[in-house]
Amino acid sequence: MRALARAISQAEAGHGAELIRRLFDRTGNAITIGLTGPPGVGKSTLSSALVRAARSLGKRVGVVSVDPSSPFSHGALLGDRIRLTEHFTDRDVFIRSMASRGHLGGLAGATADAVLLMDAFGMDVIIIETVGVGQSEIEIAELAQTTIVALQPGSGDSIQVLKAGILEVADIFVINKADHPMANQLKREIRSMMAMLEFGGWVPEVVMTQALLGEGIEELWNAIQKHVAYLRETGEMNVKRSQAFRHQVRQLARGRLERRLEEELSAEMSEDIDPYEAAARVLRVFGFDGGVAETEPEQIRPAPQRATVKGL
Amino acid sequence: MPRPLRIIVAKAGLDGHDRGAKVIARALRDAGMEVIYTGLFQTPEQIVQTAIQEDADGIGLSILSGAHMTLFPLVVEQLKAQGAGDIVFFGGGTIPPDDVAELKRLGVQEIFTPGAPLSEIIEFVKRECGARVA
Repeated sequence: MRALARAISQAEAGHGAELIRRLFDRTGNAITIGLTGPPGVGKSTLSSALVRAARSLGKRVGVVSVDPSSPFSHGALLGDRIRLTEHFTDRDVFIRSMASRGHLGGLAGATADAVLLMDAFGMDVIIIETVGVGQSEIEIAELAQTTIVALQPGSGDSIQVLKAGILEVADIFVINKADHPMANQLKREIRSMMAMLEFGGWVPEVVMTQALLGEGIEELWNAIQKHVAYLRETGEMNVKRSQAFRHQVRQLARGRLERRLEEELSAEMSEDIDPYEAAARVLRVFGFDGGVAETEPEQIRPAPQRATVKGL
Repeated sequence: MPRPLRIIVAKAGLDGHDRGAKVIARALRDAGMEVIYTGLFQTPEQIVQTAIQEDADGIGLSILSGAHMTLFPLVVEQLKAQGAGDIVFFGGGTIPPDDVAELKRLGVQEIFTPGAPLSEIIEFVKRECGARVA
């Protein structure tokens, strides 16, 4: 366990290359479950309940749980463990808290490495818990095979569920705190949003839970199993794997590029010229001519679009 | 830039007073550290397992229940048993001077009592745990 713990620290410090090269052959066996949703919705409590479910089947479980770093002090308060205490002394459960360390998108820069390492160290199920997200942190859908979006009742009207972003990447919707008076209304809104859509393949499941009491967890676990079976039967699992692979490659390359860019930006920069011209000059350092005109809007592509409005 | 220090802030046994632990957690966070809070009512084994899995540089244990002469030594014992004696172990709470001396003799690196300035605690953690980062 100490070896795994240290390996993750090394990856976090940017020294993951040699480790991953050595261990990459041993990866690819774990099921990876992403768990995302707004702060306070119950992600950690759901994680804990899922760990319990997986443990009752004798699976070894890894949990990677991300909380934000302060942009000011770079410090972080990692508090997701508070909900996972019952698993602390279970030797077949490995929990790692990660600070986002400036990474946007809901994960930390080294989360993908941590998942690979846990996989290589023999975890059967890996739960990846994002920071509490807003509307657009959808990176998790690139990394995890099954993405669970947890929502809580009473947090907006029917327009909220039509918006773009995290709601589009859910393989499973969880409505946690299902004892709340507005829970059924949220379920209806999600269902009616889905009723407008034509799904290309997998149709997201909607599960009601009260994670603290363990209510609905069996249904949630079954929904995960169903999704994993779907991925395997349709061959989409391979698509997911290559997505996660590309995600990590992009991540690594981008990390290096961004650091290089920061160096350029921290160099003396004349403010006599306009920002586009300044950007063009910086780009020339990277070998791009023609300024910023050719840049496409930035896109993260979790998948081809999964659903379109019926009748389109 | 060196990596941030990773520090466990823990509460053990039947002791629900976590105001102090939260203040320390926030202070260390603002000093640029990654603080992992265990939550209340932990056993020494839970605390040490957490420190190992999180690859922590230090453990700060807060005890205000009077059980310090039991719980601090149990954590020291666990750390040794798990081969994790290199993790810096310090604590805080309402602990009489004689007990402080005895706990330090038993292997707790430092004990901070009420009135200890936050800056002093931060300095201690940076100095003692920082050696692991270098």
